Amino acid sequence: MHASADEFPRAGRGLLDVSDLRTQFRTPRGVVTAVDGVSLSLQRGRTLGLVGESGCGKSVLSRSIMGLLPPTATRTGEITFQGERLDLLGDDAMRSYWGVQVSMVFQDPMTSLNPVMKIGRQILEPLEVHTDLDKAAARETAVNLLRSVHIPEPERRLKQYPHELSGGMRQRVVIAIALACGPQLVFADEPTTALDVTVQAQILDLLDEQQRERDMAMVLVSHDLGVVAGRTHEIAVMYAGQIVEIAPTTTLFSEVRMPYTEALLKAVPRLENASHSRLQVIGGRPPDLASPPPGCRFAPRCPYAQARCHTEMPPLVEADTPGHFYRCWFPVGTDAGREALERNVAAKVPQAEAAVTGQLTVEAG
Amino acid sequence: MPEADDLDLEAAHRGSINPVSTLEPTDTAQVVEHEPLTMRQQRARLGIGGKLAIAWLAFVTLAAVLAPVLPLDDPNQSVTSIVRQGPGTDGHLLGGDALGRDILSRMVWGGRASLLLAFSSVLLGLVVGGMFGLVAGYLRGRTDRVLTVGFDTLLSFPQIILAVTLVTVFASQQGTSTTRRMVVLILSLGVVSIPVLARITRANTLMWSEREFVQAARAMGARTTSIMVREVLPNVLPAMFSIALLGVAVVIVAEGGLSILGVGVLLPTPSWGNVLAEGRADLRAAPHIVLIPTVVIFLTVLSLNYLGDIVRARFDVRESAL
Repeated sequence: MHASADEFPRAGRGLLDVSDLRTQFRTPRGVVTAVDGVSLSLQRGRTLGLVGESGCGKSVLSRSIMGLLPPTATRTGEITFQGERLDLLGDDAMRSYWGVQVSMVFQDPMTSLNPVMKIGRQILEPLEVHTDLDKAAARETAVNLLRSVHIPEPERRLKQYPHELSGGMRQRVVIAIALACGPQLVFADEPTTALDVTVQAQILDLLDEQQRERDMAMVLVSHDLGVVAGRTHEIAVMYAGQIVEIAPTTTLFSEVRMPYTEALLKAVPRLENASHSRLQVIGGRPPDLASPPPGCRFAPRCPYAQARCHTEMPPLVEADTPGHFYRCWFPVGTDAGREALERNVAAKVPQAEAAVTGQLTVEAG
Repeated sequence: MPEADDLDLEAAHRGSINPVSTLEPTDTAQVVEHEPLTMRQQRARLGIGGKLAIAWLAFVTLAAVLAPVLPLDDPNQSVTSIVRQGPGTDGHLLGGDALGRDILSRMVWGGRASLLLAFSSVLLGLVVGGMFGLVAGYLRGRTDRVLTVGFDTLLSFPQIILAVTLVTVFASQQGTSTTRRMVVLILSLGVVSIPVLARITRANTLMWSEREFVQAARAMGARTTSIMVREVLPNVLPAMFSIALLGVAVVIVAEGGLSILGVGVLLPTPSWGNVLAEGRADLRAAPHIVLIPTVVIFLTVLSLNYLGDIVRARFDVRESAL
């Protein structure tokens, strides 16, 4: 059973509406469903955080929406952007959207700039493809772009190669390129993962600032809840190709329903905890996407899991707070959830004991 | 300005070549990136051998290019006094051959033919093979499979036999001009270098196409041809050149082989190969006629291979990619 558009009643047409998006890859091991029935919508000027562990499909989701998939992938579902069905467009038609309407900031600034091309050339390229600016005007625009992402001495940078800049500077250049043609929607695919912690905050602030100034919509992809916490209007938590919980940011943190989200929150280190205190880990591994379990995909690792969870996929249902959806039979913070956990603790289910004591004794899974 | 980035910038100002200057606490990424590069550069220094190789190739090429203006004897003029005479006789620096022609002059003029043939046929392979390799590696899928079968087919032609056949059929009749023979030689030796260069280009294109900047260019709406030519090709060129250098050496040797079989550059136009081939008959009486072109070919091939290795080490082209 998959969540479909009808199960996910989101009001109003946004800048971007995705419904029942499914992306599959043909691999030697069989068909891998990397994105499995994802629906979401995004308004102008809003930021959506996309969180999940490695391999949960968050990067594939953003590339699917942009139409930047390798030839081995197949994509079904509807993607509507400003009233246009992007999923029906081919590469040639998409080219007028790429860079101009939708654009992407990549993860690793070491590899997302061409090592043998000067910075200036790399910024000018999209301007030349998409605008009619003459040489001088394009150069002027490039300088202004670099200035807007706070790169000092922009004129000098234009003549430099990527290896002459630091990681943080390079990521600023990558952002400048992504914003060059004034896109309405930007995907930031783990934009700070490859950077040092001190530079991370600056880059996130920069993205924030640019988004507000340009009134863009942004999808901020991260494996780190801490990164998206203060900077998003809404957070979608992904697990094994599905959205398992989606809510306005404050609601998600105060009214967690899905046990996976709870486990992620517990895994974030906290300053108020004593130093050297153990972090809570989530035992086991995510399921094989070539043959996912029939029931809830988190069930094998879940402290709350009951018999039903292993056989029946829970649908995405709305919580008390409007706009908060989750996928769970025994949600956290409800009587059903509390009873399920107590039953598991009494039965000495290892994940449940780990969740209560904070100690993982047996590898689940 | 955020302070951490100011520090980064200072490192960038100083050129960041010196690894010590990049050891800013805020900038581990740069250190990590630069360390292996510096090591690679050290390993790939030109060194005395590389400089000698470049000097020899420059010498040979210059001599060949400047042959018409150099104070040399006519390469086809017979002087009876130096027939089969060793180096130094009558002011002829390298002596004379069986017909009394000045060997120095024949070697310099022969360099024109040999080098022209070698560079042209590899250039043919570089352009045609490079183009197909780039297309196959970037587009992948069916295009790649079809082209790869084509490369493999071409690769299975034995170079010498193909050249012998083509020259015999198209450029051995009575009255065939030197130019016609040359063009057929360039084409037949070039055809064989196409698949080699195509495969190395394809392998490297596959690797570079995976890089995020290629994805990024696509995400910014760049056209496929512009991605291939502007983003991928410049990164693949070093690999292509290192193999092309080896290819030039192979063709020079092949021309020698063809000359011995009598289907090299058309006589009396000299080439390194046919000077050597003609000298075979007098190996006992006048070994210098064979030795001189042998040494020149040996040094040239050695220099080309050595330089090819340096380029390959410098840009880390993997042999396995062949």
